[in-house]
Amino acid sequence: MKRTRSDRLLSFVLIAPSCLLLVLFVYGFIAWSGWISMTDWRGLVPSHGFVGLQQYEQLFRLPRFQTDLFNTAVFTLVFLAGNLFLGLFLAVLLDRGLRGEPFFRSLFLFPMAVSFVVTGTIWVWVFNPEVGLNRIFTALGFDVERWGWITDPRMALYCVSMAAIWQMAGFTMAQYLAGLRGIAVEQREAARIDGAGEAQIFRHVLLPQLWPITVGAVVVLGHISLKIFDLIFVMTQGGPARSTDVPGIYMFEVSFRGDFFARGAAIGIVMLLMVALLIVPYLVYARRMDA
Amino acid sequence: MRVGTWIRWAALCAMMLMLAIGCGKKEGAEPAAPAQPDAEAGQGIGGEMTFFSWWTAGGEAEGLADLLNFFQKKFPGVKVINAAVAGGAGTNAKAVLKTRMMGGDPPDSFQVHGGSELIDTWVKAGLMQPITDLYQQEGWNDKFPQGLIDMVSKDGEIYAVPSNVHRGNVLWVNRSLFEAQGIPVMNMNYEAFFDACEKFKAAGVAPLALASRNKWPVTHLFESILLGVGGPIFYQELFDGQIAWTDKRVKESLEILKRMMGYVNKDHAALTWDQASGLVMQGKAAMNVMGDWAKGYFTTNGWIPDKDFGALPAPQTGGRFVVVTDTFGLPKGAPNAAAAREFLKVVGSAEGQVAFNIKKGSIPARIGVPTDAFDPIAVRTIKDFAADRLVPSCAHGSATVELFVTAINDELGIFIQNLDPEKTMNALEAAALDAGVRKAQ
Repeated sequence: MKRTRSDRLLSFVLIAPSCLLLVLFVYGFIAWSGWISMTDWRGLVPSHGFVGLQQYEQLFRLPRFQTDLFNTAVFTLVFLAGNLFLGLFLAVLLDRGLRGEPFFRSLFLFPMAVSFVVTGTIWVWVFNPEVGLNRIFTALGFDVERWGWITDPRMALYCVSMAAIWQMAGFTMAQYLAGLRGIAVEQREAARIDGAGEAQIFRHVLLPQLWPITVGAVVVLGHISLKIFDLIFVMTQGGPARSTDVPGIYMFEVSFRGDFFARGAAIGIVMLLMVALLIVPYLVYARRMDA
Repeated sequence: MRVGTWIRWAALCAMMLMLAIGCGKKEGAEPAAPAQPDAEAGQGIGGEMTFFSWWTAGGEAEGLADLLNFFQKKFPGVKVINAAVAGGAGTNAKAVLKTRMMGGDPPDSFQVHGGSELIDTWVKAGLMQPITDLYQQEGWNDKFPQGLIDMVSKDGEIYAVPSNVHRGNVLWVNRSLFEAQGIPVMNMNYEAFFDACEKFKAAGVAPLALASRNKWPVTHLFESILLGVGGPIFYQELFDGQIAWTDKRVKESLEILKRMMGYVNKDHAALTWDQASGLVMQGKAAMNVMGDWAKGYFTTNGWIPDKDFGALPAPQTGGRFVVVTDTFGLPKGAPNAAAAREFLKVVGSAEGQVAFNIKKGSIPARIGVPTDAFDPIAVRTIKDFAADRLVPSCAHGSATVELFVTAINDELGIFIQNLDPEKTMNALEAAALDAGVRKAQ
């Protein structure tokens, strides 16, 4: 079918509003934040004195921000590893043709429907050393005197990660399950006839084909964990002793309590760059796969 | 190009325009009425009046409702809108308020802590209207303590009406636990306090209840220690940036906090302030340093003042009064400034102060207000307020700029884990420099 000039024009017109809104409200504000991060805006009255990269320089020298970056790295690694492992494990189990599979699938997927705020509110009680898990462990005869969970700076970040994994593992499972279902049954049968064991089939037939799923899941989960705010704000507000503090929490405090908007914007841009480090290679990869 | 295409373009543009207008339109944003200080009470005052606060729960919300009702009866023509945003200590509400003010959508009046939070955040930014004339007109200059008026003034102009005063440096005690240990309920210095702590610890009760999940209760405790160790002049000069945070009195205060940490409940990092007060009520902890809003928590749960629980000044702070005052100001560009000014008059009046404070659990900011309706603890606080040396609270944003307060919260959160005074002093000094509270030498 030959497309006329007016058809082309119409399609352009139809797509224009969303493009325009996107440019304005996403890219426009990113650019605006970038500009603010290079000014000396402090206090409620906007100030646009250009100071170059001074805010970033100060920011990276602050012990709190250094800790924040470190915490983000640890959180992201634990969160990704936990999700991928648990998600794959659950998916493989469900793929065995378990009875009542739809029920379990929904069961595992359900936490994703809950907001991080709800998750946080509940898990903070689970990890409360006086009323939470320690009660169960005491009943089992353990000495829990020293198990502080979320009140222990050495454990708190892992507790928060666990709550986050609980929330998102179902999503990862669904991804992997879809991936497993996409692999033709004949391939497994062929391998079986060739004498491969179940473990070998998993390792050499299934896992390699799940690679694109893993990459996709890492991108989706990674951008959640690099930008994490709500869950931690509800659970610990960055404490105890900064052990769960992340850039998002610091950005909120600096901008909306401290009125230091230039620094807040700088933190935002750093977070954007961190996510970009993850997303851009993925986009390149996805393009190459398409081509 | 064909005409049809042009029509589509035009329709699209019109739609976008409508969308933009729809987004930009503010509810109830009628053209600002000029301030009319001479308007007769109740005459010609109408329209909507929006009041913004973070009073959404318990006694606070009831106190506000009583005050708004009182105003409503006087001015039936005004439609009062209570725009409250939930969240303890107002962190969320303050963020929302800042967004509204900076977006050119101010409420007609809002709750703000007197002192730095009002002056450094709002007045210096040029976002508030002075109401000095209202003070003269209503004869308020000798109705409020000078120390309090100073906290809402800058360069000779007054910017807000204090509605209530909370005392920050209060030590709440569980009287039956004190009785059981034979400890008298009376003002304590640190020696007596730590003696008591030892006894409670030996009896298997957490001596001091603390909540550090929201960070600020630690700062709240620490400011009372700074006041107890260094006295009011030191306290004021420290927060004003005239004394270095590496001063030996800061170190002494940190050492006391460190000692206290040996006597607090283990799960403090998981609790919020009301849960810490709850420990005192359940008899799991003997004492708690918290502002007198904790009283509202106790009484609404059925505890009787001076019978079940007692209130003392925090250790070594007798005769000194950490002020947490809520004040109501008039933002520039308030849509209904005329009604807002009438509202402020009601807030500053003796009747308004009583209406608000009884349920709120605080005391009137005005002196000489009839005290018959208040409980015995409040009556004592009212007396102390008139006689004591007043200092502004840091934890509640009155003593120093917010950027520094967040840094203090953060550093103290670390201190209660690593208990290293030297490190914390240096970090606090660095934070004071970073926030511009102290100038580099």
